[in-house]
Amino acid sequence: MSNITDLKLVELVDKIKKKELSSTEVTTAFIERSKKSKKLNAYISENYENAIKKAKIFDQKPDFKKRLPGIPIAVKDLFCTKNIRTTAGSKILENFVPTYESTVTQNILDEGGIIIGKLNCDEFAMGSSNETSYFGNVQNPVSENLVPGGSSGGSSSALAAKLTPATIGTDTGGSIRQPASFTGTVGLKPTYGSCSRYGIVAFASSLDQAGPMTHDVKDCSLMLEIMSTYDTKDSTSVEFKRENYLNNLNENIKGKKIGIPKEYRVDGMPKEIDELWEKGIKIIKENGGEIIEISLPNTNYALPTYYIVAPAEASSNLARYDGVKYGFRSKGENLIDMYEKTRSEGFGDEVKRRIMIGTYVLSSGYYDAYYLKAQKVRRLIKNDFDEVYKKVDAILTPSTPSSAFKIGEKLNDPVSMYLNDIFTVPINLAGLPAISIPAGHDKKGYPLGLQVIGKAFDEQSILNIAFALEKNINFKNNITDWWIK
Amino acid sequence: MSKNNGEYLIIRNDNKYEVIIGLEVHAQVLSESKLFSTSSTKFGSEPNTQVSLVDAAFPGMLPVINEHCIKQAVKTGIGLKAKINKRSIFDRKNYFYADLPQGYQISQYKNPIVGEGSVTLDMPNGEKNIGIERLHLEQDAGKSIHDIDPQSTLVDLNRSGVALMEIVSKPDLRSLDEVNAYIKKLRSIMRYLGTCDGNMQEGSLRADVNVSVRKKGDKKLGTRCEIKNVNSIKFMQMAIDFEANRQVDVIEEGGSIDQETRLFDTKKNETRSMRSKEDAHDYRYFPDPDLLPLELNDNYIDQIKKDIPELPDEKKKRFIEKFKLSPYEANILVSDIEISKYFEEVSKNSDVKLATNWITGELFALLNEKNIEITESPISSKNLSKLINLIKDGTISGKIAKSVFEIMRDGDKDPITIVEEKGLKQQSDPKELENLIDKVITENPKNVEAYKSGKDKLFGFFVGQVMKNSNGKANPKLVNEILKKKLK
Repeated sequence: MSNITDLKLVELVDKIKKKELSSTEVTTAFIERSKKSKKLNAYISENYENAIKKAKIFDQKPDFKKRLPGIPIAVKDLFCTKNIRTTAGSKILENFVPTYESTVTQNILDEGGIIIGKLNCDEFAMGSSNETSYFGNVQNPVSENLVPGGSSGGSSSALAAKLTPATIGTDTGGSIRQPASFTGTVGLKPTYGSCSRYGIVAFASSLDQAGPMTHDVKDCSLMLEIMSTYDTKDSTSVEFKRENYLNNLNENIKGKKIGIPKEYRVDGMPKEIDELWEKGIKIIKENGGEIIEISLPNTNYALPTYYIVAPAEASSNLARYDGVKYGFRSKGENLIDMYEKTRSEGFGDEVKRRIMIGTYVLSSGYYDAYYLKAQKVRRLIKNDFDEVYKKVDAILTPSTPSSAFKIGEKLNDPVSMYLNDIFTVPINLAGLPAISIPAGHDKKGYPLGLQVIGKAFDEQSILNIAFALEKNINFKNNITDWWIK
Repeated sequence: MSKNNGEYLIIRNDNKYEVIIGLEVHAQVLSESKLFSTSSTKFGSEPNTQVSLVDAAFPGMLPVINEHCIKQAVKTGIGLKAKINKRSIFDRKNYFYADLPQGYQISQYKNPIVGEGSVTLDMPNGEKNIGIERLHLEQDAGKSIHDIDPQSTLVDLNRSGVALMEIVSKPDLRSLDEVNAYIKKLRSIMRYLGTCDGNMQEGSLRADVNVSVRKKGDKKLGTRCEIKNVNSIKFMQMAIDFEANRQVDVIEEGGSIDQETRLFDTKKNETRSMRSKEDAHDYRYFPDPDLLPLELNDNYIDQIKKDIPELPDEKKKRFIEKFKLSPYEANILVSDIEISKYFEEVSKNSDVKLATNWITGELFALLNEKNIEITESPISSKNLSKLINLIKDGTISGKIAKSVFEIMRDGDKDPITIVEEKGLKQQSDPKELENLIDKVITENPKNVEAYKSGKDKLFGFFVGQVMKNSNGKANPKLVNEILKKKLK
């Protein structure tokens, strides 16, 4: 038998249910590999001992009705986990141990999942390369000194390196799909309101969504099924009929109308991404899907809109980190001085930059020109999608305008960094579901992804389309274990 | 200051100034749990024992609206004859303070749940309507305690997140008496509705007071100052009086008023500048993305309307019509829902006139003396009703009734039992009374003579003697009649 860690999630579940593998064996295998992979810096906190204990308990009295029976899983460190340190990649929460569990991780625990650790991410999920984390850069297992994408960079790295069979991230402007694309993995951002935000450290409340990151579309369907639940603890959670995504998964896309938005053909996009897109279009056609040229005229305004709305909400969401109640506190002469020192020392540069932008755009005298206008444009962007969805079932685009870049390459050029999210951000603004699947490599051999965007709450359709693409693309991630001596 | 004709004017150097007052009343919603969390709102608990993760703003915690508080706000809106907005929005008001864990207060800014309404005041010179600008829901902050530990400020978050209704009046108030009447009326309406207990000692009702002055006859409003967080009617009146006089002094000296926020120092009885308009916080209001806009449908509002009890204005009208009370009496009896209930219970089985007099007289005096609410009255409505019936049917005189009342106040004893046990029943047997009277006449021949020769005033003396000899039990009406005959 091949390595346990080479198995996909659905395969592992199957083998545990058939008693071919025990939870302890599986959990130990992933932990052992994680231990050998410290160089990737994918973990912020390890929960190894406790996880093995839990695996043993599971094996003593296994419940095979669970959908993640004794499956080890590492999660992004933005999910609050009871009794496991939760930092959001920030110094300000360096020592914060929640007494409560996020709904999404609780759902995973309820299905028999075992949390083996908390994965690195950009500080408060603000970044596209995992370089803003207080806990250091994360290596992309694809190649040394390559960023794994962000903000769920620890998640994408750990998944691609097979330190966890599946993982979960959060996506505010592309934070699941871009790192998935950079590491040759699958990442899905569900419709806003699908997965509960309860217990997830907030970045931008109206955009944040948790979602699965997996090796393939099947695994992704299973994870989504478990993560997506209606939750009265989150007022923005939506009650809708959630499908048995895995059961309903099929690659038949005959008659499906797939839109190709002309505005996504941006200037200066590498030829190989264009070719990748064409490849996707060809596969859709060959499988009986219909390709329809569409227009999303306000696409150009998505990025500026996002960089007003997201920082505005963040500036307010992060006000609670003031050193008074929990987390890092710096000594001050008085209350104001304590606030200033705590927040100056506790937050990193990117977080401060966004707090300042957000504070500015909400300030009296600027509110109408920035925040209010951005909200209006956001509405127009959503209307664009509503309009094209009268004609198409889903939309196909590249996931990112480039492949992964080198660590440090864009760190001092925030605008170039922000441009990385150009294809993913509009989807968050419109609250729609989208999946990124690996679709090829550029000439450097780095993975590239295609994105399928769906109608609100129609995750099943994009999973099916992605499933069809996946079968035909037959992507292979050529990852050598270069980081393991 | 002059209070002629109910007018409140400040006079300086022959200039008459009118005082313009608007109130922003913060009324704590009567609710078991907080506006966005399930923590208890009980007053007086140990510090930080009623704090949920949401109240303390832990990472990832989200507000979930307490439907009961929405209902309470809608009820209050109906009681203020106000427009209920079917769509309202919760905003974040951003500022840093140690007792504000989220770093923002969830409030309603541009789209409050309740719009314009009005409150009717009964002033000595007639009714006056005070406009209501709006009512919105918001979270209370925690409490910073500066005087326990000399080294640090302590924070109690029990109040953090408790639901408040901010009721904003139009600048329609013109005198300290109107402020008093307005607060009392608001309080009364909310207590009728059960939406706020109106308990000012526990901070359930506080107000920010906006004051400006203008020369009488001017149409334009003067620049206003806002006095923050005043927690009793007396302090409101003191603060307004000080502030209005301060503003007049500034103007009279040729200065102008700066728009600012001021604090009222209750010990020094003065207002002091807290921050100027330039230093005003920029609260960076924006819709709270954690909460969806609040949508109410007609059905919901109609259902609440159906459950609205009779409110003071209607009750007053009914009391005047049904019980033939004077507007003054009706006002007193409807001012508080518990008083009106008590009154209705007593008057159900007793003479209305006597009930009114006994409640507003003896009973109120007793409550005042003991400094208690009518709900804590040592005399139940049932027993007061019995007492009144004893007077009405002539069993005891009004005077005896007062001594029975004195006994009842120490334990709510049945007045019928008291009268029997103490033998206080009125003597109304003419034979017995005649005996008593004859005795007095025989014992006082000189006075009889004097009376008969024209000293009419002595009649009282005879009545007094008879009453004294009967230990106060003789029926005074009969004594009068018989005496008159005997002394002819």
